[in-house]
Amino acid sequence: MLVKRDLRLAVRQGGALGTALGFYMIVVTLLPLGIGADLKLLSRIAPGVLWIALLLSALLSLPRVFASDYEDGSLDILATGALPLELVAAAKALAHWISTGVPLALLAPVLGILLNLEIGAYPVLVATMLIGTPAVSFIGAVGAALTLKAHRGGLLIALLVLPLYVPTLVFGMAAIGALLGPGGVTSPFLILTAISLFAVILGPIAAAAALRLQMQ
Amino acid sequence: MQTVTQRLANPTQFMDLSGRILPWLVGAAAAIIGYGLYLSFFVAPPDYQQGETVRIMYIHVPSAWLAMAAYTLIAISAFGLLVFRHPLADVSAKAAAPIGAAFTFIALVTGSLWGRPTWGTYWVWDARLTSVLILFFLYLGLIALRSSIEDETLAAKLTAILALVGIVMLPVIKFSVEWGNTLHQPASVLRLGGSTIDPSILKPLLVMALGFTVLFVALHVKAMRNEILRRRVKALQMAEVARAQAGQLAAAAE
Amino acid sequence: MDLGPHAAFIWSAYGAVALVLAGLIAWLILDGRVQARRLADLSARGVTRRSESRAAAPRS
Repeated sequence: MLVKRDLRLAVRQGGALGTALGFYMIVVTLLPLGIGADLKLLSRIAPGVLWIALLLSALLSLPRVFASDYEDGSLDILATGALPLELVAAAKALAHWISTGVPLALLAPVLGILLNLEIGAYPVLVATMLIGTPAVSFIGAVGAALTLKAHRGGLLIALLVLPLYVPTLVFGMAAIGALLGPGGVTSPFLILTAISLFAVILGPIAAAAALRLQMQ
Repeated sequence: MQTVTQRLANPTQFMDLSGRILPWLVGAAAAIIGYGLYLSFFVAPPDYQQGETVRIMYIHVPSAWLAMAAYTLIAISAFGLLVFRHPLADVSAKAAAPIGAAFTFIALVTGSLWGRPTWGTYWVWDARLTSVLILFFLYLGLIALRSSIEDETLAAKLTAILALVGIVMLPVIKFSVEWGNTLHQPASVLRLGGSTIDPSILKPLLVMALGFTVLFVALHVKAMRNEILRRRVKALQMAEVARAQAGQLAAAAE
Repeated sequence: MDLGPHAAFIWSAYGAVALVLAGLIAWLILDGRVQARRLADLSARGVTRRSESRAAAPRS
């Protein structure tokens, strides 16, 4: 129920999603402009570029995950309500994933056209992104919780959270390579899934702990 | 009869005890490192592949080890703060961060300078260097988070949470970096580290590692002492302000 | 001491370490002195830890 409310809020603040998608497009566009339009080269680096640009774009809406409710006092109400704060944090992270992570993952193949991504990679790319983006949202939520009261929280979130995205990035890329390669190896994909699960379970605990400290 | 930890938990007693052992720590560090340098330059043989540049390993590897150890110390301090509310836990964590970051920086610089003659470039994305680089960012994150929150008590606890998140993620990050590395093997098969089994190479390495460790402890203790003094200064300054305000109120009331 | 063709790298590496450590040590020593001096100043002005505001302010 909380998730629905957050989703409705996210839809009303549709600006954030639009910004994230727009940012994603612009970053991907900058790449060939910066590196040159060598189509063979672009097609080789396309998966990596799409993954990295996705991580950066997801960062844009992270500061809002808890901030708006904190500012108008509704976070206090939620904290003292029936749901444990951990579930509240999880719901907000889930809403972020649905409203930002998933759309970005679905936009990726479209942008892949710009980068001459090989056709066979499309489904694999989207699959790895859909499985990997929960980690992005849930780890990002921890960053958002820690920087709620911090100056320049948005920039700080990036510094805190990007190193923690490394496993998702590495295994996201490895999964693409392994699934497309000989034998269709799935182990990196499974590890990617495990990392996301890890983040989904432990992230809300850390986020709730951080939120509790700042609401006293 | 107080236990050692109980005695150390009291800032005053910590200052007392640390003041007495600090000179010994410094002396021991200097002696051990001195001996280690002698071993590294005059006893250890050049590597059959890398030649003399392998001597950089004697400062690169220990600093990388210390970089990891310092972060672990911060995580343990964080645990001590959040779970046991140990009075000196935050002092320990705050003091260790810049020192750990410095050792991480040293590890990166020495790694880069070692890689240049060995592999031809100033940077290679081998597993250890990449892990150390990410560790550096984790340190920067801790320091940045703490400095962006005004309330000291809140900053302490939030930084502690971040440290614990970091220590939990660190093995995952290292694992992923190593995985990624096996996929994109650097051109040369030569490992930055050569053969570390030979005792003539192992001994200088361990001595330098020990010396660096003692040095770190000395630096950490000194930094903790500084931090304790800093907090006393702050407390007194606030008391002074409070007293002045109370005096003004009293004067106005008359 | 002949350190081979790449001696410059070896010296720079050791030099960099020495520089960083020296800087760290210098900062710690200086910072310690600054804090100690501030503490001495404050106690010279008679500021104690227990706030004396309660004693100074008259009870109403």
